[in-house]
Amino acid sequence: MTAVLIAVLVLLALAALFGALLGYASDKFRVEGDPVVERIDALLPQTQCGQCGHPGCRPYAEAVAAGEIHNRCPPGGQSTADALAELLGREPLALDDDGSADAGEKKVAFIREAECIGCTKCIQACPVDAIVGAARLMHTVIEDECTGCDLCVEPCPVDCIDMLPLGERSPAGQPDGIGHSPAQRLAVTNL
Amino acid sequence: MARKPLINAPAPHTAGALGTAAVMRQVLYTTLPGLATLVWLFGAGPLLNVLWAALVALAAEALMLRLRGRPLALHLSDGSALVTGVLLGLSLPPGSPWWLILIGSGFAIMVAKQLYGGLGMNPFNPAMVGYVVLLVSFPLAMTRWAEPGQPFSLSHSLSLFLDLPGADGFSGATPLDTFRTWVGNAPLLAEQPILHGHVAGAGWEWVNLAFLAGGLYLLARRVIGWRIPVGVLLGLAAPAVVANLVDPLRFAGPLFHLFSGATMLGAFFIATDPVSASTTPRGRLIYALLIGVLVWVIRSFGGYPDALAFAVLLLNLAVPFIDYYTRPTAYGHRSKRQ
Amino acid sequence: MIRHLWTRARRSESEYDFPGGVHPPAHKARSNAAPIRVGPPPDRLVLPLNMHLGAPARPRVTVGERVLKGQRIADAQGTVSTSVHASTSGTVVAIGPHPVPGTAAGDALCIVIDSDGEDRWGPLEPWPDYRRAAPTELVQRLRQAGIAGLGGAGFPSAAKTRLGEGQRVHTLIINAAECEPYITADDRLMRERAGQIAIGIDILQHLLNPSRTLIGIEDDKPEAIDALRAAMSERDCELRVVPTRYPSGGEKQLIQLLTGLEIASGTLPSQAGVVCQNVATAYAIKRAVIDGEPLISRITTVTGDAVARPGNYEVLLGTPVEQLLQHAGLDRHRLVRLLMGGPMMGFTLSDTSVPVVKISNCLIAADARELPEPPPEQACIRCGDCATVCPASLLPQQLYWHARCDQFERARQNDLIDCIECGACAYVCPSHIPLVHYYRYAKQALRAHDDEQIKADRARLRFEARQARLEREQAEKEQRRRARLEANRDRAAATSAAPDHHGGNQKKQLGRAITAYKAAQRAAATAEAQGAANAVELRQRASDLKQQADRLQGRAPQADTAPSGVVAAAPKATPTATASDQRERRLKALKSAYGRAHKQYKQAHAALQRAQRAQAEHPQSNDHNDVAGMEQRVAQLKARADQERAALDTLMEQAKSDLQQRAGKDLKTLKVEAARAEVALRRHAERLRAGRDSADTDTLRRWDAELKQLEREAHRSREALTQAVRAQGLVED
Repeated sequence: MTAVLIAVLVLLALAALFGALLGYASDKFRVEGDPVVERIDALLPQTQCGQCGHPGCRPYAEAVAAGEIHNRCPPGGQSTADALAELLGREPLALDDDGSADAGEKKVAFIREAECIGCTKCIQACPVDAIVGAARLMHTVIEDECTGCDLCVEPCPVDCIDMLPLGERSPAGQPDGIGHSPAQRLAVTNL
Repeated sequence: MARKPLINAPAPHTAGALGTAAVMRQVLYTTLPGLATLVWLFGAGPLLNVLWAALVALAAEALMLRLRGRPLALHLSDGSALVTGVLLGLSLPPGSPWWLILIGSGFAIMVAKQLYGGLGMNPFNPAMVGYVVLLVSFPLAMTRWAEPGQPFSLSHSLSLFLDLPGADGFSGATPLDTFRTWVGNAPLLAEQPILHGHVAGAGWEWVNLAFLAGGLYLLARRVIGWRIPVGVLLGLAAPAVVANLVDPLRFAGPLFHLFSGATMLGAFFIATDPVSASTTPRGRLIYALLIGVLVWVIRSFGGYPDALAFAVLLLNLAVPFIDYYTRPTAYGHRSKRQ
Repeated sequence: MIRHLWTRARRSESEYDFPGGVHPPAHKARSNAAPIRVGPPPDRLVLPLNMHLGAPARPRVTVGERVLKGQRIADAQGTVSTSVHASTSGTVVAIGPHPVPGTAAGDALCIVIDSDGEDRWGPLEPWPDYRRAAPTELVQRLRQAGIAGLGGAGFPSAAKTRLGEGQRVHTLIINAAECEPYITADDRLMRERAGQIAIGIDILQHLLNPSRTLIGIEDDKPEAIDALRAAMSERDCELRVVPTRYPSGGEKQLIQLLTGLEIASGTLPSQAGVVCQNVATAYAIKRAVIDGEPLISRITTVTGDAVARPGNYEVLLGTPVEQLLQHAGLDRHRLVRLLMGGPMMGFTLSDTSVPVVKISNCLIAADARELPEPPPEQACIRCGDCATVCPASLLPQQLYWHARCDQFERARQNDLIDCIECGACAYVCPSHIPLVHYYRYAKQALRAHDDEQIKADRARLRFEARQARLEREQAEKEQRRRARLEANRDRAAATSAAPDHHGGNQKKQLGRAITAYKAAQRAAATAEAQGAANAVELRQRASDLKQQADRLQGRAPQADTAPSGVVAAAPKATPTATASDQRERRLKALKSAYGRAHKQYKQAHAALQRAQRAQAEHPQSNDHNDVAGMEQRVAQLKARADQERAALDTLMEQAKSDLQQRAGKDLKTLKVEAARAEVALRRHAERLRAGRDSADTDTLRRWDAELKQLEREAHRSREALTQAVRAQGLVED
């Protein structure tokens, strides 16, 4: 009888001890926010374009952390989908976009200034405040800040916003690979 | 003036290395002394093995390249399939029937090499994969070595190769076999003539010396690095010395190990296969040392008389692991990683 | 001990070593036999604004300007930059894009000078007594003299020698290794001008005050070693002969070889207290400081089997490569590959009009036998030779796999960034893989990726800031609304609690009467204008109302005390005018009523505040009742103003919704439509203008018709808008 009592008491004491320990630990080592969301958000291209069906990159990051499929970011391209798959330890998936040829191309919005009527609708639509202008005055896009999300195109009443491909520095191409010589023959212009 | 186009190419503009094909050619030439010794000891059998294995390897490579839609000329000309075939042919017993070699060589190229993506992609040494497949599937045929120094006649070798009925190879034991059989029995060990050649096992010492000569030439020409051969030989000899000092009856001496079986062929020609070996300088040494030790362990305690193929394949398996832990510290990162 | 023996065995005077390295055939004997010759006198100089590493210089001359030799024609801009000078006298004929040498070949901004053949120097300012100058002055001098590293990278020397606060240099290293094959420019310079190099080193010592100075030189240049040793005999400087091995002349490799120090990844040598300068740079520094001559020429090795007179030439910067090659006897028919720089790290030129620049240490005109076309790339066989020769202890093969599969992050983890692109790995590769090309590709991709990351981070910050701003604005709006509601409720409570006040009523009546009068008068005027039957009647009504209003007005001043009088309600005016006219008038009336009420309220409020202040100042005076009365009055006036406002708002809303119902569009849409039509019109007019010269008559006619049509449309929509605005009485404020 005493043995049973001792056992019960010891177990109770242990339970209390570990409970207290766990409580202390959860308080002491509390993780502020959800770091997974932060890390997902850091991988997203921050265009805030809403093509994933969420009103911005962070909401999508939260949704992905909560289990939403991770290949719905066309601006990020396949590389972002792969990086997310790796971060989350999920199956790598093909990018879920409309498959248009220029999907991966970086673009910026450009306002044809002669046609702008100064309605400020694009300014209200821009998620990153990359358009400057005032009512009834011409607006313009800050190219460096434009993320190419094209959210300003649709609201424009006079269709004076174009998405232009960003003039990127021509990168050194990858070598042609096995079986190809890296040399080219160039016709010399002088000499 | 004539406007001739100029070459536009990325730096560097000179090349100091032999091409892959030249490397392979050098390797082929340097197996010739070993092959000659084998022919001298066993008759035309080894030569038939090598020729047929090489032919099968080339054909298999061509077939697989065709199936994979790769350019034939470019990939066949690198000579790697030829080397695989020759090395497999060299390690088969004389008098192996043609179908055995066909299976081994074909498997080596088609499965162990091309199915993994061809040259540079195979994790395992193809020749050794072919060898092990044969050893496991046809253990009897694979251990039927003849008595060295009593070469078969050409017609006998041919009929064995063609697997004609009635042709029978009298099987003799190799020195390694013999030692296994009589291990621990001093008077009987002393009685076996095959164990007492000039350096080590009779006959086989010459085979190993010939391969050693070829290997040293490769080393001198810097076709292979020193780390792998030295590592293998050291890894084999060191435990052999220690164990032999402890119990000479149970454990053979280092010279016997070094000059028996496939030791020199393995150390200079098989373990040095760059594709399946470790890639970091330190990793290569570790890889080779472990091969040597494993050969000694299997020879001394295992169920097979020789063990080079198994040792090489096992260490192939460990290569990614070795590579990971032997990454050199890049310039400018020393303080950071300490 | 073993290491010591080993270094002895290698004939090295250095106890340290760097890993890897290769021994390509040197080919130096061909060009190092003859003394330095003078380069060709150019007819035309092309001086790129960016001959160095860093920001391009900014031109300070204009086209057509005459310049003298040594005149500064472009100023350094930014921290890492240096100036550009005219290499000879002449006229600036162009400032614009011109092909320039470089790995990323293409056009860049250049100043083009036509030589006048006189080669006349501008005024020089020698500083023979440089020891009096402060280090900052010397650094400024180097910057203005356009000195950049002449070893091949072209790093501005001023940026290298400018030390930060509290930064100390313990070792100055003079790089005389010249490890690339073919190049002998430094070799000849040291043999012939060791004395001037020594003075240049003196200046550097004065500038940096190092505790020791080391000169690193490869053992394949015995004459240069002797010359330097002789020149340095009296000086505090140590000459260290190192074994010939490529790339011992790489900055990091030479530092490691001479001092055993490793420069931590991502930092500069000066942060570790080491500064490394090329011998030719030391020579240029001497010329710039002692003689006052800016950097306008350099020694360039011209060699290769396709030139008849290989050797070293002192070439004016900006001289076209073509002219220099012809000067050295180029055989165009043998030339198949033209390199600037050495065969390991140099780049091919495809255009010989490019100029010789500050980094052009060598030109190799090779024939087909000397530098044959590279063979095709073959599969990597993982031989590991690349790892053995890599001076940075990288795993070139791993980097290659990652670059090939576009796994750039993996490549970064394998320290791709620490690759110095020396080319040793590609040199020994048996499969002839252009490894360096792969690394450049991956590095560029990584840089682009980093830029993108930075941009994304900024976009996130901006997005979050915007979200926060919107939320804040929303919250503020909500708060204001709530505060107003609160105030209204309080006031309503106060008004209902206080007894009804006659004065307020009377004022209200007066206001109404006046409004009614005005409305009636307007209605009468309209009716008269339209010749309506009841115009006279309306006029009569208006004068009635006027009287009424006047009566009320007369009573208003006594309103506070007088008992409430009965005031006839203002009659509904404008019986015959159209509904919209009526509304317009009512709106106007309401607006003015509200304006008046609001004004009264404001005045009363101000009076109350004055009274309150007075009371606070003289609490003894017994005007308390007065203040209480005023308070009540203010509350009443406020309530009335609010009432008027509410009436006005309701009417406006009604008008707007009416408009929407009728036109199916709200006012904003109408506005936008009008603007849109105008833009279309403008665009079309522009097209017409532009096409006037090119298009045929038919097209023009068609366009003209379209333009007319658009004009009509624009006019229509403009009309619709003004009408809507006017008809609804929604006069824009």
